[in-house]
Amino acid sequence: MKSDIILAGVGGQGILSIAAVVGMAALENHLYLKQAEVHGMSQRGGAVQSHLRISEQEIASDLIPEGSADLIISVEPMESLRYLPWLSENGWLVTNTTPFVNISDYPDMKELLAEIEKLPHQIALNADEMARQVKSPRSSNMIMLGAASPFLDVPYQSLENGIKKIFGRKGERVVQLNIEALTAGRDFSEAHKK
Amino acid sequence: MEKLLLLGAEAIAQGAIDGGMSGVYAYPGTPSTEITEYIQHNKIALERKLHSQWSANEKTAMEAGLGMSYAGKRTMICMKHVGLNVAADAFINSAITGVNGGLVVTVADDPSMHSSQNEQDSRFFGKFAMIPILEPANQQEAYDMAYEAFELSEKLKIPVMIRITTRLSHSRAGVETRPLKNENKLTYPEDPIQFVLLPSNARKRYKGLLGLQSLMEQESERSSFNTFYPARNKSLGIIACGIAFNYLMENYQDRKFTNPVLQLGQYPLPFAKVEKLVSECEQVLVLEDGYPLVEEMLKGYLDKNSKIKGRLDGTIPRDGELNPDIVAKALGKEVKVGMKVPDIVANRPPELCSGCSHRDIYNALNETMLEFGKQKVFSDIGCYTLGALPPWNSINSCVDMGASITMAKGAADAGVHPAIAVIGDSTFTHSGMTALLDAVVENTPITVIISDNGTTGMTGGQASHATGRLEEICIGLGVKPDHVKVLTPLPKFHDEMVKVLREEMLYEGVSVIIPRRECIVQMVAKNKKDQKAKVEEVAQ
Ligand code: SF4
Repeated sequence: MKSDIILAGVGGQGILSIAAVVGMAALENHLYLKQAEVHGMSQRGGAVQSHLRISEQEIASDLIPEGSADLIISVEPMESLRYLPWLSENGWLVTNTTPFVNISDYPDMKELLAEIEKLPHQIALNADEMARQVKSPRSSNMIMLGAASPFLDVPYQSLENGIKKIFGRKGERVVQLNIEALTAGRDFSEAHKK
Repeated sequence: MEKLLLLGAEAIAQGAIDGGMSGVYAYPGTPSTEITEYIQHNKIALERKLHSQWSANEKTAMEAGLGMSYAGKRTMICMKHVGLNVAADAFINSAITGVNGGLVVTVADDPSMHSSQNEQDSRFFGKFAMIPILEPANQQEAYDMAYEAFELSEKLKIPVMIRITTRLSHSRAGVETRPLKNENKLTYPEDPIQFVLLPSNARKRYKGLLGLQSLMEQESERSSFNTFYPARNKSLGIIACGIAFNYLMENYQDRKFTNPVLQLGQYPLPFAKVEKLVSECEQVLVLEDGYPLVEEMLKGYLDKNSKIKGRLDGTIPRDGELNPDIVAKALGKEVKVGMKVPDIVANRPPELCSGCSHRDIYNALNETMLEFGKQKVFSDIGCYTLGALPPWNSINSCVDMGASITMAKGAADAGVHPAIAVIGDSTFTHSGMTALLDAVVENTPITVIISDNGTTGMTGGQASHATGRLEEICIGLGVKPDHVKVLTPLPKFHDEMVKVLREEMLYEGVSVIIPRRECIVQMVAKNKKDQKAKVEEVAQ
């Protein structure tokens, strides 16, 4: 068993908390994990990505070879496409559809969504809107993790446990809201995956 | 013993703490910053009161570390590759003085220049200083090497370098820790003139360093970090240095090598092991993340048809970091080609945060420069370097820490007027102060803008040595008090800023303008913390 995941987004969007929850879940299941982060220069509103690998076997490279990622989780629609060279033939792309527009030449939304829909295995959801619906506007990244969970080789319960550990210090209510967000994302994917 | 999920940088920090370190000295720089930050927040480090405050620059860090070693204690000095250039004087000389307490210099290189001006390879500096270098392949080795390096240093009485690259520094994996060692007691060097590098003594010490080389080689030969993996297929042998070993392994899914492999993690080169590999294989592929150091050593100068393959003959690209695909290609393996990036995907470069004070000063500067002409603004290294990109295009140089003021001075000497330097508060105390003094001595007509955000913003908000003392320093260095002007960089003061900038640019002497407003990111973080503290207070 192995999951090679590319996490994508824009500096400041908090993709690292997705990685942290998956990391906790991996630890709980005694899996090996490697996660390469991006720091420094690229963080201020620039494109950022993280390679996250979990496996039953020891992991060699911190970087995922091209064409072999099982999953791209992107918290921003254009960023989801930037890492297509890594996605394997059977890999899934799970992306938020709320754009983060901080450049003047941001592509047309219709064209962007059309590119995403071309892919054989994709889930696109408006996580920001869904996060508002579960009354936790800052949990859109947990919605995204939930939406990606059916394609992740870790038990769903472990992700919930991961949230408890990561957000535990912030109080029971924060934990609960994030778990609700996770569930909402999960339900969306279960209903929409083909 | 515990298993922790650590970044490579954090693994080094934890290894150093567990290995009995008494203090770390460093100046922040990506990708090395997290080593010191980890030590600053670590429980054992806090209990033991290990020194972990930031230094003014890498040279002062190196020298302070040497002082701690002089006193018999174990110390680590951390920096990024270009920081080692700043510390080079002290670093090279520390190999001649030798050490008393274990001294480890950890340098984080940045091949592919993710956030640096160049991709220089610090192993060259280690070799230049003629000291042992350790180069971990993964997070566990990073921990183990930091843990063991002090002992190696004390055994040889010489500094030891640990070299990592961005990819390892910023990647997280499980790390198994080892028992916590005691700190060393305070002792003085046995030889009272060991640290006195007067020529007569330095010559002796240098001979001593040369004499140590064979011992260092023996250490490498025996080192568990240099492992020879025999195999049948002798058509190609492989030398994999540091993290390159991981990329190599990625290409052998069952972890069984078909060709002989020498995993290199400790230098100087283990002569016998290298010779065995080179002599028994028809060709040898050298995999190293950074410059072709080992490749060059094996290849020699006139040997054009060498059997040594690597970055020099194009088997591997000459620049940029390694990855599993590059290694696969070099091995002649088939490489998967992923989908193309659709054309509509636009570049998304980093930019100054919205509300950042640098934005306001650049807006004012741009307007002022309409009158004075283009290409007269020298800048430096920090968040404000992003002012080189659109929409500002405000600055014309970024070379090294402190170079804005000195370059402006040189340009002014050449006749450029006005010559303007933009520098940050932290960078100013790092290496701008001496530059300013040069200008003061000659009363060179330059305008220095110290954009003071009260922190080291670029690397995530470390304390700045300039906070609360910037005007004093400038006046102390000899800048006339009525030409030290403090501004508040906010859109509503735009016209006033333009007016002051204009006046000072017309002035035929040294003037310093200090636009002062806290880094937004730091302010938000601090407010959150204060709020939390208040809530806790109320709750109690
Ligand atoms: S981190 Fe601070 S100094 Fe840097 S761009 Fe953002 S607000 Fe400006």
